Amino acid sequence: MQLKANKIGFRYENGPWLFRGVNASIEPGEVVGITGPSGRGKTTLCRILASYESPLEGEVTLNGAPLPKKGYHPVQMVLQHPEKAVNARWKMHRILNEGYHPDEEMLDLLGIKQEWLTRWPHELSGGELQRFCVARALGPDTRFLIADEMTTMLDAITQAQIWQAVTEIAQKRKMGIIVVTHESKLMQRLCHRVIEI
Amino acid sequence: MISIPKKFPLNRKQWALMKVIISVVFIVIILLSGLFLDEGRIVTNLTDRNSPPSVDHLFGTDWLGRDMFTRTVMGLALSIGVGLIGAIGSASIALFLGMMAATMGKRADRLISWLIDLFLSVPHLVTLILIAFMLGGGFKGIVVGLTLTHWPSLARVIRAEVMQIRSAEFVQVSRRMGKSGWWIAVHHIVPHIIPQFLIGFMLLFPHVILHEAAVTFIGLGLSPHEPAIGIILSESMKYLSAGMWWLAFFPGLCLLFIVRMFDQIGENLRWLTDSNRNRD
Repeated sequence: MQLKANKIGFRYENGPWLFRGVNASIEPGEVVGITGPSGRGKTTLCRILASYESPLEGEVTLNGAPLPKKGYHPVQMVLQHPEKAVNARWKMHRILNEGYHPDEEMLDLLGIKQEWLTRWPHELSGGELQRFCVARALGPDTRFLIADEMTTMLDAITQAQIWQAVTEIAQKRKMGIIVVTHESKLMQRLCHRVIEI
Repeated sequence: MISIPKKFPLNRKQWALMKVIISVVFIVIILLSGLFLDEGRIVTNLTDRNSPPSVDHLFGTDWLGRDMFTRTVMGLALSIGVGLIGAIGSASIALFLGMMAATMGKRADRLISWLIDLFLSVPHLVTLILIAFMLGGGFKGIVVGLTLTHWPSLARVIRAEVMQIRSAEFVQVSRRMGKSGWWIAVHHIVPHIIPQFLIGFMLLFPHVILHEAAVTFIGLGLSPHEPAIGIILSESMKYLSAGMWWLAFFPGLCLLFIVRMFDQIGENLRWLTDSNRNRD
Protein backbone atom coordinates (compact mmCIF):
# COMPACT_ATOMS: atom_id res chain seq x y z
CA MET A 1 0.00 0.00 0.00
CA GLN A 2 1.76 3.10 -1.18
CA LEU A 3 0.29 6.52 -1.80
CA LYS A 4 2.06 8.14 -4.70
CA ALA A 5 1.80 11.47 -6.51
CA ASN A 6 3.06 11.30 -10.09
CA LYS A 7 4.17 14.62 -11.61
CA ILE A 8 1.06 16.40 -10.46
CA GLY A 9 0.40 20.03 -11.34
CA PHE A 10 -2.38 22.34 -10.32
CA ARG A 11 -3.60 25.89 -10.79
CA TYR A 12 -6.79 27.68 -9.94
CA GLU A 13 -8.83 28.82 -12.96
CA ASN A 14 -6.35 30.51 -15.32
CA GLY A 15 -3.96 31.66 -12.62
CA PRO A 16 -0.26 30.83 -12.55
CA TRP A 17 0.77 27.25 -11.87
CA LEU A 18 0.78 26.67 -8.15
CA PHE A 19 3.11 23.72 -8.66
CA ARG A 20 4.02 21.41 -11.50
CA GLY A 21 5.68 18.06 -11.72
CA VAL A 22 5.51 17.32 -8.02
CA ASN A 23 6.46 13.79 -7.08
CA ALA A 24 5.88 12.38 -3.65
CA SER A 25 5.27 9.01 -2.13
CA ILE A 26 4.48 7.71 1.29
CA GLU A 27 4.69 4.19 2.69
CA PRO A 28 2.37 2.66 5.27
CA GLY A 29 3.44 3.45 8.82
CA GLU A 30 5.54 6.38 7.68
CA VAL A 31 5.07 9.91 8.99
CA VAL A 32 5.95 12.56 6.39
CA GLY A 33 5.99 16.27 7.00
CA ILE A 34 5.28 18.92 4.39
CA THR A 35 6.65 22.35 5.08
CA GLY A 36 7.04 25.61 3.24
CA PRO A 37 5.97 29.25 3.34
CA SER A 38 2.33 30.28 3.10
CA GLY A 39 0.66 30.26 -0.30
CA ARG A 40 2.93 27.64 -1.88
CA GLY A 41 0.16 25.10 -2.22
CA LYS A 42 0.67 22.85 0.79
CA THR A 43 -3.04 22.68 1.46
CA THR A 44 -3.83 22.27 -2.23
CA LEU A 45 -1.40 19.38 -2.46
CA CYS A 46 -3.11 17.76 0.52
CA ARG A 47 -6.52 18.33 -1.00
CA ILE A 48 -5.38 16.64 -4.20
CA LEU A 49 -3.95 13.68 -2.31
CA ALA A 50 -7.28 13.26 -0.51
CA SER A 51 -9.30 13.71 -3.75
CA TYR A 52 -10.92 16.97 -2.66
CA GLU A 53 -9.53 18.38 -5.91
CA SER A 54 -8.35 16.53 -8.99
CA PRO A 55 -4.93 17.46 -10.39
CA LEU A 56 -4.74 19.11 -13.81
CA GLU A 57 -1.59 17.19 -14.65
CA GLY A 58 -0.35 13.86 -13.48
CA GLU A 59 -2.16 11.49 -11.16
CA VAL A 60 -2.36 10.20 -7.63
CA THR A 61 -2.19 6.47 -7.18
CA LEU A 62 -2.75 4.13 -4.29
CA ASN A 63 -0.84 0.89 -4.71
CA GLY A 64 -0.45 1.64 -8.41
CA ALA A 65 -4.20 2.04 -8.99
CA PRO A 66 -6.03 5.36 -9.20
CA LEU A 67 -7.87 6.53 -6.09
CA PRO A 68 -11.43 5.18 -5.76
CA LYS A 69 -14.21 7.57 -6.74
CA LYS A 70 -16.94 5.99 -4.66
CA GLY A 71 -17.22 4.54 -1.20
CA TYR A 72 -15.15 5.26 1.89
CA HIS A 73 -12.00 7.07 0.83
CA PRO A 74 -8.77 5.39 2.05
CA VAL A 75 -7.08 8.80 2.35
CA GLN A 76 -8.82 10.91 4.98
CA MET A 77 -8.04 14.50 5.77
CA VAL A 78 -8.46 16.49 8.97
CA LEU A 79 -8.81 20.20 8.40
CA GLN A 80 -7.63 23.20 10.33
CA HIS A 81 -11.03 24.55 11.37
CA PRO A 82 -13.11 21.88 13.05
CA GLU A 83 -16.14 24.13 13.44
CA LYS A 84 -16.46 24.31 9.64
CA ALA A 85 -15.99 20.60 9.20
CA VAL A 86 -19.06 19.62 11.24
CA ASN A 87 -22.70 20.16 10.41
CA ALA A 88 -23.96 22.73 12.93
CA ARG A 89 -27.44 21.20 12.85
CA TRP A 90 -26.28 17.73 13.87
CA LYS A 91 -25.59 16.53 17.39
CA MET A 92 -22.10 15.24 18.11
CA HIS A 93 -22.97 11.51 18.22
CA ARG A 94 -24.40 11.76 14.72
CA ILE A 95 -21.33 13.61 13.47
CA LEU A 96 -19.03 11.04 15.07
CA ASN A 97 -20.88 8.07 13.58
CA GLU A 98 -21.25 9.45 10.07
CA GLY A 99 -18.60 7.23 8.47
CA TYR A 100 -18.34 4.32 10.92
CA HIS A 101 -18.90 3.58 14.61
CA PRO A 102 -15.78 4.37 16.65
CA ASP A 103 -15.31 2.08 19.65
CA GLU A 104 -14.92 3.09 23.29
CA GLU A 105 -11.17 2.57 23.16
CA MET A 106 -10.78 5.13 20.39
CA LEU A 107 -12.89 7.68 22.26
CA ASP A 108 -10.89 7.16 25.47
CA LEU A 109 -7.62 7.47 23.60
CA LEU A 110 -8.65 10.80 22.11
CA GLY A 111 -10.16 11.98 25.38
CA ILE A 112 -13.73 12.30 24.10
CA LYS A 113 -16.15 12.31 27.02
CA GLN A 114 -19.51 10.55 26.83
CA GLU A 115 -21.40 13.66 27.89
CA TRP A 116 -20.14 15.55 24.82
CA LEU A 117 -21.98 13.16 22.52
CA THR A 118 -25.40 14.61 23.30
CA ARG A 119 -24.33 18.22 22.71
CA TRP A 120 -24.51 20.49 19.68
CA PRO A 121 -21.25 21.52 17.98
CA HIS A 122 -21.46 25.09 19.24
CA GLU A 123 -21.53 23.80 22.80
CA LEU A 124 -17.99 22.41 22.47
CA SER A 125 -14.64 24.16 22.23
CA GLY A 126 -12.39 24.01 19.16
CA GLY A 127 -10.10 21.44 20.76
CA GLU A 128 -13.00 19.24 21.74
CA LEU A 129 -14.47 19.45 18.25
CA GLN A 130 -11.13 18.65 16.64
CA ARG A 131 -10.96 15.40 18.66
CA PHE A 132 -14.26 14.41 17.07
CA CYS A 133 -12.97 15.24 13.60
CA VAL A 134 -9.87 13.13 14.19
CA ALA A 135 -11.91 10.20 15.51
CA ARG A 136 -14.23 10.49 12.53
CA ALA A 137 -11.31 10.33 10.08
CA LEU A 138 -9.72 7.27 11.71
CA GLY A 139 -12.12 4.68 10.32
CA PRO A 140 -11.05 1.06 9.93
CA ASP A 141 -10.55 1.59 6.18
CA THR A 142 -8.35 4.65 6.50
CA ARG A 143 -4.91 3.86 5.09
CA PHE A 144 -3.46 7.35 5.11
CA LEU A 145 -4.29 10.35 7.26
CA ILE A 146 -3.57 13.89 6.14
CA ALA A 147 -3.33 16.37 8.98
CA ASP A 148 -3.43 19.82 7.46
CA GLU A 149 -2.59 22.18 10.32
CA MET A 150 -4.65 19.82 12.40
CA THR A 151 -3.58 21.13 15.78
CA THR A 152 -2.44 24.64 14.90
CA MET A 153 -5.26 26.39 16.70
CA LEU A 154 -5.08 24.25 19.81
CA ASP A 155 -3.10 24.71 23.01
CA ALA A 156 0.08 22.73 23.63
CA ILE A 157 -1.45 20.16 25.99
CA THR A 158 -4.34 19.34 23.66
CA GLN A 159 -1.89 19.17 20.74
CA ALA A 160 0.26 16.67 22.57
CA GLN A 161 -2.73 14.57 23.58
CA ILE A 162 -4.17 14.38 20.09
CA TRP A 163 -0.84 13.59 18.43
CA GLN A 164 -0.07 10.96 21.06
CA ALA A 165 -3.34 9.22 20.26
CA VAL A 166 -2.99 9.53 16.49
CA THR A 167 0.56 8.22 16.34
CA GLU A 168 -0.34 5.32 18.60
CA ILE A 169 -3.24 4.30 16.39
CA ALA A 170 -1.17 4.81 13.23
CA GLN A 171 1.61 2.54 14.50
CA LYS A 172 -0.84 -0.15 15.48
CA ARG A 173 -2.56 -0.12 12.10
CA LYS A 174 0.47 0.62 9.91
CA MET A 175 -1.18 3.79 8.71
CA GLY A 176 0.70 6.54 6.93
CA ILE A 177 0.43 10.15 8.08
CA ILE A 178 1.14 13.37 6.23
CA VAL A 179 1.69 16.31 8.55
CA VAL A 180 1.44 19.91 7.47
CA THR A 181 2.51 22.36 10.12
CA HIS A 182 4.51 25.52 10.61
CA GLU A 183 5.87 24.39 13.95
CA SER A 184 9.33 22.97 13.38
CA LYS A 185 9.50 21.43 16.85
CA LEU A 186 6.38 19.39 16.23
CA MET A 187 7.67 18.44 12.81
CA GLN A 188 10.99 17.19 14.20
CA ARG A 189 9.28 15.20 16.90
CA LEU A 190 6.79 13.45 14.63
CA CYS A 191 8.18 13.04 11.16
CA HIS A 192 10.50 10.46 9.69
CA ARG A 193 11.22 12.76 6.77
CA VAL A 194 10.21 16.21 5.59
CA ILE A 195 9.31 17.45 2.11
CA GLU A 196 10.03 21.11 1.32
CA ILE A 197 7.63 22.78 -1.06
CA MET B 1 -21.92 46.03 33.28
CA ILE B 2 -24.63 48.63 33.38
CA SER B 3 -28.03 47.05 33.29
CA ILE B 4 -30.39 48.60 30.80
CA PRO B 5 -33.84 49.25 32.24
CA LYS B 6 -36.32 46.97 30.56
CA LYS B 7 -39.13 48.51 28.61
CA PHE B 8 -41.02 45.26 28.31
CA PRO B 9 -41.21 42.30 30.66
CA LEU B 10 -40.12 40.09 27.74
CA ASN B 11 -36.72 39.90 26.06
CA ARG B 12 -36.41 40.34 22.31
CA LYS B 13 -36.64 36.70 21.48
CA GLN B 14 -39.76 36.13 23.55
CA TRP B 15 -41.22 39.28 22.08
CA ALA B 16 -40.66 38.04 18.53
CA LEU B 17 -42.19 34.69 19.41
CA MET B 18 -45.14 36.51 20.98
CA LYS B 19 -45.76 38.48 17.79
CA VAL B 20 -45.69 35.29 15.73
CA ILE B 21 -48.15 33.58 18.04
CA ILE B 22 -50.53 36.54 18.12
CA SER B 23 -50.48 36.81 14.32
CA VAL B 24 -51.06 33.09 13.84
CA VAL B 25 -53.95 33.07 16.33
CA PHE B 26 -55.50 36.07 14.62
CA ILE B 27 -55.27 34.47 11.18
CA VAL B 28 -56.71 31.20 12.44
CA ILE B 29 -59.64 33.09 14.01
CA ILE B 30 -60.36 34.80 10.69
CA LEU B 31 -60.15 31.52 8.79
CA LEU B 32 -62.49 29.76 11.21
CA SER B 33 -65.00 32.58 11.38
CA GLY B 34 -64.94 32.75 7.57
CA LEU B 35 -66.01 29.11 7.57
CA PHE B 36 -68.60 29.29 10.33
CA LEU B 37 -70.14 32.76 9.99
CA ASP B 38 -73.86 32.78 9.28
CA GLU B 39 -74.41 33.06 5.52
CA GLY B 40 -77.80 34.60 6.28
CA ARG B 41 -76.09 37.87 7.10
CA ILE B 42 -74.91 38.42 3.53
CA VAL B 43 -78.23 37.80 1.80
CA THR B 44 -79.92 40.83 0.29
CA ASN B 45 -81.89 42.74 2.90
CA LEU B 46 -83.48 45.79 1.30
CA THR B 47 -84.95 47.16 4.53
CA ASP B 48 -81.49 47.85 5.91
CA ARG B 49 -79.61 49.42 3.00
CA ASN B 50 -76.64 51.75 3.08
CA SER B 51 -76.48 52.01 6.85
CA PRO B 52 -73.23 53.39 8.28
CA PRO B 53 -71.19 51.41 10.84
CA SER B 54 -73.14 50.66 14.02
CA VAL B 55 -73.12 48.09 16.81
CA ASP B 56 -75.43 45.88 14.79
CA HIS B 57 -73.37 46.16 11.60
CA LEU B 58 -69.79 46.80 12.61
CA PHE B 59 -68.65 47.74 9.12
CA GLY B 60 -72.03 49.04 7.94
CA THR B 61 -74.13 47.55 5.13
CA ASP B 62 -73.96 47.99 1.36
CA TRP B 63 -76.54 49.05 -1.25
CA LEU B 64 -78.18 45.62 -1.06
CA GLY B 65 -78.32 45.56 2.72
CA ARG B 66 -75.58 42.94 3.11
CA ASP B 67 -73.57 43.07 6.32
CA MET B 68 -70.09 44.31 5.36
CA PHE B 69 -68.35 42.80 8.38
CA THR B 70 -69.46 39.31 7.43
CA ARG B 71 -68.56 39.89 3.79
CA THR B 72 -65.12 41.21 4.74
CA VAL B 73 -64.30 38.27 7.02
CA MET B 74 -65.49 35.79 4.42
CA GLY B 75 -63.51 37.62 1.77
CA LEU B 76 -60.38 37.51 3.91
CA ALA B 77 -60.82 33.79 4.56
CA LEU B 78 -61.19 33.23 0.84
CA SER B 79 -58.12 35.36 0.13
CA ILE B 80 -56.07 33.43 2.68
CA GLY B 81 -57.24 30.19 1.10
CA VAL B 82 -56.27 31.30 -2.38
CA GLY B 83 -53.02 32.71 -0.99
CA LEU B 84 -52.25 29.39 0.67
CA ILE B 85 -52.70 27.40 -2.51
CA GLY B 86 -50.75 29.96 -4.55
CA ALA B 87 -47.91 30.19 -2.03
CA ILE B 88 -47.61 26.41 -1.66
CA GLY B 89 -47.48 26.01 -5.42
CA SER B 90 -44.95 28.78 -5.89
CA ALA B 91 -42.75 27.62 -3.02
CA SER B 92 -42.73 24.06 -4.39
CA ILE B 93 -41.65 25.27 -7.81
CA ALA B 94 -38.98 27.44 -6.16
CA LEU B 95 -37.66 24.55 -4.08
CA PHE B 96 -37.58 22.20 -7.04
CA LEU B 97 -35.89 24.61 -9.45
CA GLY B 98 -33.53 26.00 -6.82
CA MET B 99 -32.30 22.53 -5.90
CA MET B 100 -31.99 21.53 -9.56
CA ALA B 101 -30.01 24.64 -10.45
CA ALA B 102 -27.58 24.04 -7.63
CA THR B 103 -27.05 20.32 -8.03
CA MET B 104 -27.54 19.32 -11.65
CA GLY B 105 -24.51 20.90 -13.24
CA LYS B 106 -23.63 24.03 -15.13
CA ARG B 107 -26.06 23.72 -17.99
CA ALA B 108 -29.12 23.24 -15.79
CA ASP B 109 -27.95 26.13 -13.63
CA ARG B 110 -27.60 28.44 -16.60
CA LEU B 111 -31.03 27.50 -17.95
CA ILE B 112 -32.79 27.95 -14.61
CA SER B 113 -30.97 31.21 -13.84
CA TRP B 114 -32.04 32.49 -17.22
CA LEU B 115 -35.64 31.50 -16.46
CA ILE B 116 -35.48 33.28 -13.09
CA ASP B 117 -34.12 36.44 -14.70
CA LEU B 118 -36.77 36.25 -17.39
CA PHE B 119 -39.59 36.12 -14.85
CA LEU B 120 -38.02 38.77 -12.64
CA SER B 121 -37.56 41.18 -15.53
CA VAL B 122 -41.33 41.50 -16.00
CA PRO B 123 -43.41 42.74 -13.04
CA HIS B 124 -45.31 39.91 -11.36
CA LEU B 125 -48.62 41.58 -11.87
CA VAL B 126 -48.27 41.80 -15.65
CA THR B 127 -47.46 38.12 -16.06
CA LEU B 128 -50.18 37.26 -13.58
CA ILE B 129 -52.82 39.25 -15.50
CA LEU B 130 -51.66 37.67 -18.74
CA ILE B 131 -51.91 34.12 -17.41
CA ALA B 132 -55.21 34.72 -15.61
CA PHE B 133 -56.64 36.25 -18.78
CA MET B 134 -55.42 33.38 -20.96
CA LEU B 135 -57.04 30.83 -18.66
CA GLY B 136 -60.29 32.77 -18.73
CA GLY B 137 -60.15 34.15 -15.19
CA GLY B 138 -61.99 32.49 -12.32
CA PHE B 139 -60.57 30.46 -9.46
CA LYS B 140 -58.45 28.21 -11.66
CA GLY B 141 -56.97 31.08 -13.64
CA ILE B 142 -55.96 33.03 -10.60
CA VAL B 143 -54.45 30.08 -8.73
CA VAL B 144 -52.43 28.91 -11.73
CA GLY B 145 -51.37 32.49 -12.40
CA LEU B 146 -50.25 33.06 -8.83
CA THR B 147 -48.39 29.76 -8.72
CA LEU B 148 -46.53 30.41 -11.94
CA THR B 149 -45.45 33.96 -11.17
CA HIS B 150 -44.26 34.09 -7.57
CA TRP B 151 -41.47 31.52 -7.44
CA PRO B 152 -38.40 33.32 -8.92
CA SER B 153 -37.09 35.27 -5.93
CA LEU B 154 -37.42 32.31 -3.57
CA ALA B 155 -35.87 29.99 -6.16
CA ARG B 156 -32.86 32.31 -6.34
CA VAL B 157 -32.46 32.30 -2.55
CA ILE B 158 -32.68 28.52 -2.39
CA ARG B 159 -30.20 28.10 -5.24
CA ALA B 160 -27.65 30.31 -3.47
CA GLU B 161 -28.22 28.56 -0.16
CA VAL B 162 -27.81 25.07 -1.62
CA MET B 163 -24.65 26.10 -3.49
CA GLN B 164 -23.13 27.43 -0.31
CA ILE B 165 -23.86 24.26 1.66
CA ARG B 166 -22.77 22.01 -1.18
CA SER B 167 -19.27 23.45 -1.05
CA ALA B 168 -19.13 23.49 2.76
CA GLU B 169 -16.33 21.50 4.33
CA PHE B 170 -18.58 19.14 6.21
CA VAL B 171 -20.29 18.12 2.96
CA GLN B 172 -16.91 17.43 1.32
CA VAL B 173 -15.88 15.38 4.32
CA SER B 174 -19.16 13.49 4.10
CA ARG B 175 -18.44 12.66 0.48
CA ARG B 176 -15.04 11.19 1.45
CA MET B 177 -16.92 9.08 3.97
CA GLY B 178 -18.50 7.38 1.00
CA LYS B 179 -21.92 8.98 1.27
CA SER B 180 -23.92 9.26 -1.95
CA GLY B 181 -25.12 12.56 -3.39
CA TRP B 182 -28.68 11.62 -2.55
CA TRP B 183 -27.80 10.83 1.08
CA ILE B 184 -26.01 14.15 1.42
CA ALA B 185 -28.94 16.05 -0.09
CA VAL B 186 -31.40 14.48 2.34
CA HIS B 187 -29.29 14.60 5.50
CA HIS B 188 -27.12 17.69 5.05
CA ILE B 189 -28.64 20.06 2.53
CA VAL B 190 -32.40 19.82 3.08
CA PRO B 191 -32.29 20.37 6.88
CA HIS B 192 -30.27 23.52 6.24
CA ILE B 193 -32.67 25.07 3.75
CA ILE B 194 -35.90 24.20 5.56
CA PRO B 195 -35.88 27.37 7.73
CA GLN B 196 -35.06 29.54 4.70
CA PHE B 197 -37.78 27.80 2.76
CA LEU B 198 -40.44 28.28 5.45
CA ILE B 199 -39.62 31.95 5.88
CA GLY B 200 -39.63 32.47 2.12
CA PHE B 201 -42.98 30.74 2.04
CA MET B 202 -44.44 32.98 4.74
CA LEU B 203 -43.15 36.09 2.98
CA LEU B 204 -44.69 34.93 -0.29
CA PHE B 205 -48.10 34.96 1.33
CA PRO B 206 -48.73 38.73 1.59
CA HIS B 207 -47.53 39.12 -2.00
CA VAL B 208 -49.85 36.45 -3.26
CA ILE B 209 -52.85 37.79 -1.33
CA LEU B 210 -52.34 41.35 -2.53
CA HIS B 211 -51.91 40.25 -6.13
CA GLU B 212 -54.99 38.07 -5.90
CA ALA B 213 -57.00 41.07 -4.67
CA ALA B 214 -55.52 43.25 -7.42
CA VAL B 215 -56.38 40.85 -10.23
CA THR B 216 -59.85 40.27 -8.82
CA PHE B 217 -60.27 44.03 -8.56
CA ILE B 218 -59.76 44.50 -12.29
CA GLY B 219 -62.21 41.71 -12.98
CA LEU B 220 -59.96 38.86 -14.10
CA GLY B 221 -60.05 36.91 -10.87
CA LEU B 222 -62.74 35.30 -8.82
CA SER B 223 -66.33 35.49 -10.00
CA PRO B 224 -68.41 38.48 -8.75
CA HIS B 225 -70.78 36.49 -6.50
CA GLU B 226 -67.92 35.32 -4.27
CA PRO B 227 -67.26 37.60 -1.31
CA ALA B 228 -63.61 38.23 -2.25
CA ILE B 229 -61.85 41.36 -1.03
CA GLY B 230 -60.98 42.42 -4.57
CA ILE B 231 -64.64 42.13 -5.60
CA ILE B 232 -65.80 44.12 -2.55
CA LEU B 233 -63.30 46.88 -3.28
CA SER B 234 -64.09 47.16 -6.98
CA GLU B 235 -67.85 47.18 -6.36
CA SER B 236 -67.62 49.80 -3.67
CA MET B 237 -65.73 52.15 -6.00
CA LYS B 238 -69.03 53.14 -7.53
CA TYR B 239 -70.51 54.11 -4.18
CA LEU B 240 -67.52 55.93 -2.74
CA SER B 241 -68.52 59.19 -4.39
CA ALA B 242 -71.97 58.87 -2.79
CA GLY B 243 -70.29 59.22 0.59
CA MET B 244 -70.42 55.55 1.58
CA TRP B 245 -66.83 55.47 2.73
CA TRP B 246 -67.22 52.40 4.97
CA LEU B 247 -67.69 50.11 1.96
CA ALA B 248 -64.06 50.42 0.90
CA PHE B 249 -62.40 51.65 4.05
CA PHE B 250 -62.89 48.67 6.38
CA PRO B 251 -62.27 45.86 3.88
CA GLY B 252 -59.19 47.68 2.58
CA LEU B 253 -57.87 48.22 6.08
CA CYS B 254 -58.49 44.57 6.96
CA LEU B 255 -56.61 43.45 3.85
CA LEU B 256 -53.62 45.57 4.81
CA PHE B 257 -53.84 44.25 8.33
CA ILE B 258 -53.77 40.60 7.22
CA VAL B 259 -50.88 41.23 4.87
CA ARG B 260 -48.97 42.88 7.71
CA MET B 261 -49.67 39.87 9.94
CA PHE B 262 -48.11 37.47 7.46
CA ASP B 263 -45.19 39.83 7.05
CA GLN B 264 -44.73 39.90 10.81
CA ILE B 265 -44.73 36.12 11.03
CA GLY B 266 -42.13 35.83 8.28
CA GLU B 267 -39.87 38.58 9.61
CA ASN B 268 -39.96 37.36 13.19
CA LEU B 269 -39.37 33.76 12.21
CA ARG B 270 -36.34 34.87 10.22
CA TRP B 271 -35.05 36.80 13.19
CA LEU B 272 -35.59 33.85 15.50
CA THR B 273 -33.85 31.31 13.28
CA ASP B 274 -30.97 33.66 12.48
CA SER B 275 -30.00 34.56 15.97
CA ASN B 276 -30.56 31.54 18.12
CA ARG B 277 -27.40 29.79 17.15
CA ASN B 278 -24.92 32.38 18.31
CA ARG B 279 -26.71 34.34 20.99
CA ASP B 280 -28.27 33.08 24.22
